[in-house]
Amino acid sequence: MTGASPLPFHLRDIGLSRGGKQVLKGISVSFEAVPRKTVIIGPNGAGKSLLLQVCHGLVSPDSGTVEWSGDEADLSRAQSMVFQRPVLFRRSVIANVILALKIAGFARSEWRDRAEEALRRTGLSRYAATPARSLSFGEQQRLALARALAVEPKILFLDEPTASLDPAAAHLVESLIEEAAAADVRIIMTSHDLNQTRRLADEIIFMHRGRIKERAPADRFFASPENDLAQAFINGELLWWRRRSIFNGIEDENDSAICDDAAS
Amino acid sequence: MEVIWQAILASLSMLLTLDDRLMEVIVLSLKISLTALLIASLIGLPLSACLALTRFPGRKFVLVSFNALMGLPPVVVGLVVYLLLSRSGPFGVFNLLFTPTAMIIAQIVLVTPIIVSLSRESLESMRHEYQDTLRSLGAAPAQAVTVLVWDVRFTLATAHLAGFGRAISEVGAVMIVGGNIDHLTRVMTTTIALEASKGDLVVALGLGIVLVALSLAVNVLVHGLRSMGEARAAT
Amino acid sequence: MKNLGRAIGLLLCAFIGYSSHAIGGNARLASEPFITVASTSSTQNSGLFDYLLPKFKAATGISVRIVAVGTGAAIRLAEAGDADVLLVHHRPSEEKFVADGFADKRYSLMHNDFLVVGPAKDPAGIRGMTDSTAALAKIAAAAAVFVSRGDDSGTHKRERALWAAAGIDPSAYSGKWYRETGSGMGATLNTGAAMNAYTLTDRGTWLSFSNKQSLVTSVEGDPHLRNEYGILLVSQNKHPHVKTVLGQSFIDWLLSKEGAAAISGYRINGHVLFYASR
Repeated sequence: MTGASPLPFHLRDIGLSRGGKQVLKGISVSFEAVPRKTVIIGPNGAGKSLLLQVCHGLVSPDSGTVEWSGDEADLSRAQSMVFQRPVLFRRSVIANVILALKIAGFARSEWRDRAEEALRRTGLSRYAATPARSLSFGEQQRLALARALAVEPKILFLDEPTASLDPAAAHLVESLIEEAAAADVRIIMTSHDLNQTRRLADEIIFMHRGRIKERAPADRFFASPENDLAQAFINGELLWWRRRSIFNGIEDENDSAICDDAAS
Repeated sequence: MEVIWQAILASLSMLLTLDDRLMEVIVLSLKISLTALLIASLIGLPLSACLALTRFPGRKFVLVSFNALMGLPPVVVGLVVYLLLSRSGPFGVFNLLFTPTAMIIAQIVLVTPIIVSLSRESLESMRHEYQDTLRSLGAAPAQAVTVLVWDVRFTLATAHLAGFGRAISEVGAVMIVGGNIDHLTRVMTTTIALEASKGDLVVALGLGIVLVALSLAVNVLVHGLRSMGEARAAT
Repeated sequence: MKNLGRAIGLLLCAFIGYSSHAIGGNARLASEPFITVASTSSTQNSGLFDYLLPKFKAATGISVRIVAVGTGAAIRLAEAGDADVLLVHHRPSEEKFVADGFADKRYSLMHNDFLVVGPAKDPAGIRGMTDSTAALAKIAAAAAVFVSRGDDSGTHKRERALWAAAGIDPSAYSGKWYRETGSGMGATLNTGAAMNAYTLTDRGTWLSFSNKQSLVTSVEGDPHLRNEYGILLVSQNKHPHVKTVLGQSFIDWLLSKEGAAAISGYRINGHVLFYASR
């Protein structure tokens, strides 16, 4: 189902509070219509998942706007999301994919073929009639991916898609992401795993405490990040680094005013 | 102890000989309770979907009320329905008092809150689970409801079993609105009450055993269907 | 899944089909002529109706639907117009029913008697007495356990009258030796049997009661224990929908030679339970 592309889309000065605490602050970022895999990284609580959810439209920001190109009506059809823990419907594997196609508005005559194709691509064909919830975790995540890709999205959001998977399953999922990217799907994902990030990312967005601290092509970012925090994060020393800053009075525990670089 | 043993023997002999009066009373009991269950379900499921999936002013109050209504004493329901259906009451013209229809009405009142409250809970927890995924897929509200109701179908079976249990075992409501009239409105529970009041404890207990066995059979049947269904987990 | 769906569908169809047939049967039942008679549980429990009604139906083709509750409840049912005929055993209440305009007249139908039953061991020492008032006084004096119906029934009202005649107010001892069950005769007898207590009961229920345990007849034969049954047709002036013709034919049949013979012909273990009033 191809409609007008939602890309490029822009977030302008997004703010979001949760439980009285500001969890996203002054986020302004644009995602262009280029074939690229963007990985958002940062420590826990940085706001990575929430940023993704705001982009995808699952969460409404308290302030700021999300601007899309293309028709409002097509937006949900043009984007898919894979969550860290896959939520599958209590039906068979193929029924899960068919349901996604049905909701996305594909013609009934196309459901079976497209679903089978999606399962073939994710290596799940032999499970087509199996209850989805009886699959292993890795297989369930692949099904979630199959379901997400079957509707031919322009953008694929993934929130720590391999965090709960064993290395073999994670590897399979990564290759599927690569395949999707090769087919011109814009990939925007979050990750905790720096090695995975190095493998997959074309571009890095580094977040800290609800703000975007740096955005750069992956090579450049890993070689020499502009932001000290980012460097500390890459080294795995972020927590120690911050404690030292607080101790030295350079940084206030509750606010990262000192590291307030402009978001890209 | 002697009485209990005799009662077991009595129940077996009644069942094996397919005692006429027993069969008549069993059939009437099932007819009334199953009809009440069916109608309560038709009323209750859409209500529970509304409660689970929409937000409206006063929703919390309605929710709490239905939960409380699950504990309605059957005899109170019987009294209220009697007052409504009595010839001196608002609906007397329909001549429903002392008929199986009146008993069905009373049992609908008893069963509906159970269907509503238990289904609502299942629907709500499933909604929490599916919410983000359904929104992510772009499901319209109507589509989301269909997906939820279908996926929750097995838990709904339990709600219906609970409702059936309530209906088949109550005596207070059907006694008052039915009048325990021989061959017309006499069901298992009212027969047991009558036999007990005649001092025929063996017969009363024997019938009680039959009633429990019946309830057990229904439960086994439903669980069997449920397992079969879950094994195939639907397309 | 399809098979499961089919199976459920089939079961549902079968059930609906059977229900409709059964409901159809109900409609057939409803199209037969019938009357609703409000009567007492003691009369019901004696088995008299099971004996009488088929004879009446054979004679007239009319079905009789008995709703058996306590006397007070039966009267209220009739006052509300939910019954066509009232058959109870408390003359003052019946006469009030007529006085209030709910029936045109009261017919004496039949009579039997009440008796005091009690434990074989007889702690109050009343066995064999024929003076019920004196017997109750002895029960009170001995503070022997006495179970009352406490439910405003004909039996209960008679019991209260007997206590009053003995000059005793038993409610002062309620919960101690005077136990009020608020239940029908059968349930009260069950309780009395379990507590090994004295109780006032009608002969009909007593003779057909199967759970006597160690209870025996203690006091009988007192004229004050005479138990009279009256039958009344609910008046059309109060309730135009009442089946006057059918109801009256029921009363007429009961009061006829045939009906009287049937009433007196009802036995349990060879004992006569009810004596027709004509």
